[in-house]
Amino acid sequence: MHDFTPLSGLAGGALIGLAAALLMLLTGRIAGVTGIVGGLLQPDTADRGWRIAFIAGLIAAPLVAALFGAPLPRPAMNASLVVVAIAGVLVGFGTRMGNGCTSGHGVCGFARLSGRSIVATFIFMTAAIATVAIVRHVIGG
Amino acid sequence: MPALASFVCGLVFGAGLLISGMTDPQKVLGFLDLFGAWDATLAFVMAGAVAVAAAGFAIARRRAAPSFSARFLWPDRNDIDTPLVGGAILFGIGWGLVGICPGPALVNLAGLSLPIVVFVVAMLAGMIGQNLFDKNLWRWRAAAPRAIESSPLPSRADG
Repeated sequence: MHDFTPLSGLAGGALIGLAAALLMLLTGRIAGVTGIVGGLLQPDTADRGWRIAFIAGLIAAPLVAALFGAPLPRPAMNASLVVVAIAGVLVGFGTRMGNGCTSGHGVCGFARLSGRSIVATFIFMTAAIATVAIVRHVIGG
Repeated sequence: MPALASFVCGLVFGAGLLISGMTDPQKVLGFLDLFGAWDATLAFVMAGAVAVAAAGFAIARRRAAPSFSARFLWPDRNDIDTPLVGGAILFGIGWGLVGICPGPALVNLAGLSLPIVVFVVAMLAGMIGQNLFDKNLWRWRAAAPRAIESSPLPSRADG
């Protein structure tokens, strides 16, 4: 293992769960990033305000952290821009088709014990693990 | 008020992603790389998030309505259908290729690095493409003479 950080992982995870709990308790919505963004991209969506506000909050988080001296996130990516673009399309298309991503299915779905979400999470985890195995150990071997 | 509450929730959610390290694609890939130098952190992030969310949802279930809106919009579907399975496979492949999913993509957008901007634009294009694909499939099904049985209307999203 390298860079195993269970404590900051648990603490950050607890904040993610707190945000999901608060969004439901305050606005009655599921904190699924795919559903929130996807709703904005559909012409017939009426409830746009809370969606834009949540996304603004996500983007503002590192800007607030920067006020306290944290660097802005500019993550290193090994993949070429072409692969990044292909991955982006797959993530966008797939999450909308499957009605959720790591937040909606993975966090909120598991917390609701939703069978659909548990199945979806198991499948996208398996597909991602298989993809990494192929890219890193078969092709990259 | 609901918009302010939603903004604060997005802020806390983003802070959680940053603190947990899940905005770093290398850390996510480290978890997904079962056959390499495995980093189990993501499992702890999920455990912490699910535990706190479940506690919050349990409180919500006992309430009549949320603070700033008329009712709780709990997802109402239980069926395992083809789009759920197919979508999860496509998403998993994309996630495994670069280690970024929608939430961390948006948080990382603040740094305006080129790969992240490319990823987010492609992701939005994929989402719009899926909408169009869905609508056209719907039209094609409606026009097909044998499609007498009604296809299920798109229901409330899971997330």
